[in-house]
Amino acid sequence: MKEYFQNIWYGFATILTGMRVTFKHLFVPAVTIQYPDVKLQLPERERNRLYVNMDDCIGCDQCARACPVDCISIETVKSIPGEDLGKTSNGKKKALWVTKFDIDIAKCCFCQLCVFPCPTECIYMTDVYEFSEFERNKLVYDFVTLTPVEREEKKANYAKLEAEKAALKAAGTPPAKPSEKVGD
Amino acid sequence: MIIYDFLYNLVFSITQSAVAGDITAMVISALLPLFILVLPFALLAVWLERKVSAHMQDRLGPMRTGSHGWLQTVADVIKLLQKEDIVAAANDRTLFNIAPILVFAGSYLVFAALPFSSAYIGSNIDLGLIFIIAASGFVVAGILMAGWSSNNKYSLLGAMRSAAQIISYEIPTILVILTIIMITGTTNLRTLSEMQTGYFWNWMIFGGAGFSLSKFLFIPFMLIGFVTLFISTLAEVNRTPFDIPEAESELVSGYHTEYSGMKFAMFFMAEYANMFAVSAIVSAIFLGGYQSPFGYLGNTFGLHWLIPIEQFLWFASKGVFFVLVQMWLRWTLPRLRVDQLMALCWKYLIPIAFVNLIIIGLITVL
Repeated sequence: MKEYFQNIWYGFATILTGMRVTFKHLFVPAVTIQYPDVKLQLPERERNRLYVNMDDCIGCDQCARACPVDCISIETVKSIPGEDLGKTSNGKKKALWVTKFDIDIAKCCFCQLCVFPCPTECIYMTDVYEFSEFERNKLVYDFVTLTPVEREEKKANYAKLEAEKAALKAAGTPPAKPSEKVGD
Repeated sequence: MIIYDFLYNLVFSITQSAVAGDITAMVISALLPLFILVLPFALLAVWLERKVSAHMQDRLGPMRTGSHGWLQTVADVIKLLQKEDIVAAANDRTLFNIAPILVFAGSYLVFAALPFSSAYIGSNIDLGLIFIIAASGFVVAGILMAGWSSNNKYSLLGAMRSAAQIISYEIPTILVILTIIMITGTTNLRTLSEMQTGYFWNWMIFGGAGFSLSKFLFIPFMLIGFVTLFISTLAEVNRTPFDIPEAESELVSGYHTEYSGMKFAMFFMAEYANMFAVSAIVSAIFLGGYQSPFGYLGNTFGLHWLIPIEQFLWFASKGVFFVLVQMWLRWTLPRLRVDQLMALCWKYLIPIAFVNLIIIGLITVL
């Protein structure tokens, strides 16, 4: 009999304790973060979408070679004499037209291995992580600043120069300098 | 009452037909609680439940539909309306379709006898209390039907548990209501509410109106009766900690596992309508129903038309308060096991209610 009333008392006491706890939590500020409106501060060295600053790119292809998943593809074309491509921000002279600089971000594994070899620090990770697309081919980013017409023009210029050199060689004049093949 | 008379006189003056006036007034006053209370309340309560549960768990709950997500339930209902109405091949089609209607009708029937204010009561029947118990027992049939016709072991188990639970918990409910009937000598909810008029010390939980020795003797037993009634009605509407018929972790979702779209929404609405009905009964019996605890502004300012409106607000806020307590309990307590549930009913509530009944009987005789 004593146990019976103790049970009742114990039941009520524990229920009221529990209710007090939940009531207190009613006034505890929520931990929810309203994601698209409020965003968490990202860590300092977070690795997200790649970006290439084409003003500094010298087309050295080192990032493409470092990439373990081959998601970077670069094509370059030599400039013809007389063209000034300007300098990079750390003073290197640019000598190549970059006619193709595609990063297939769908393949990218965010390992950051492409960032370290870059001599001009023009490829780096940004804090952008919201770039989902409905079609996979939209995730291939083209970073080249030249217009398609300009790219063709640069290629044609170089081909013309080569053709002229070849013509000169055929005519018996020794070439000024042996040309080497650029790009892949 | 006033609303019924008003509608009756309106229609009668137009058509000069007593039958037409009677039917129109009855239909409209019967449908009023559905549209002004049951549906808006169900929408509000579902939203409230999500917000209360969220804040008790340090979350925010729905935030994006309307200010603080108040339109979330409306959006959900629109979504449910668009959903496919699935009836599986193995289901018993007829029973399967009737069950949600029966469950909803059962919970809505209760609203017919609730005294919303002195001016409005759906149906002022003398057997109000008994009618409410009978009507809420009606829900069991619908739940059993849903479980059986679903042809699904989880649904059937849920329905069986629900039937066992509701039938068991009706006994302490009725025993407590019997004590009230012994004291007041009425089962008419309107009369019962009118008896508790005045200030809050005239409420049944404080021994009812009048000033005598028996009033003070009643108080502790009334408190016991109140708690017993609250627990047993909580169990009757299948709310946590008594939600073993739905028991998500054991039975998928119990008797409405197989339902989709609007039929599911009907079960859902019935649950929330029931929550309010049960709270309203508890407050009508013990907490003065529509009576204000501190007197009326309408009396103070001499605006007598204001009193029924105030009464309605008091009634609604008492109901909503108990609904909030139910939610509070839901997010505090874990679910009872089936044997614990039965033990609570048969070993604790029923003996206590019986002893309470006898003691109050003796005091009444004195």
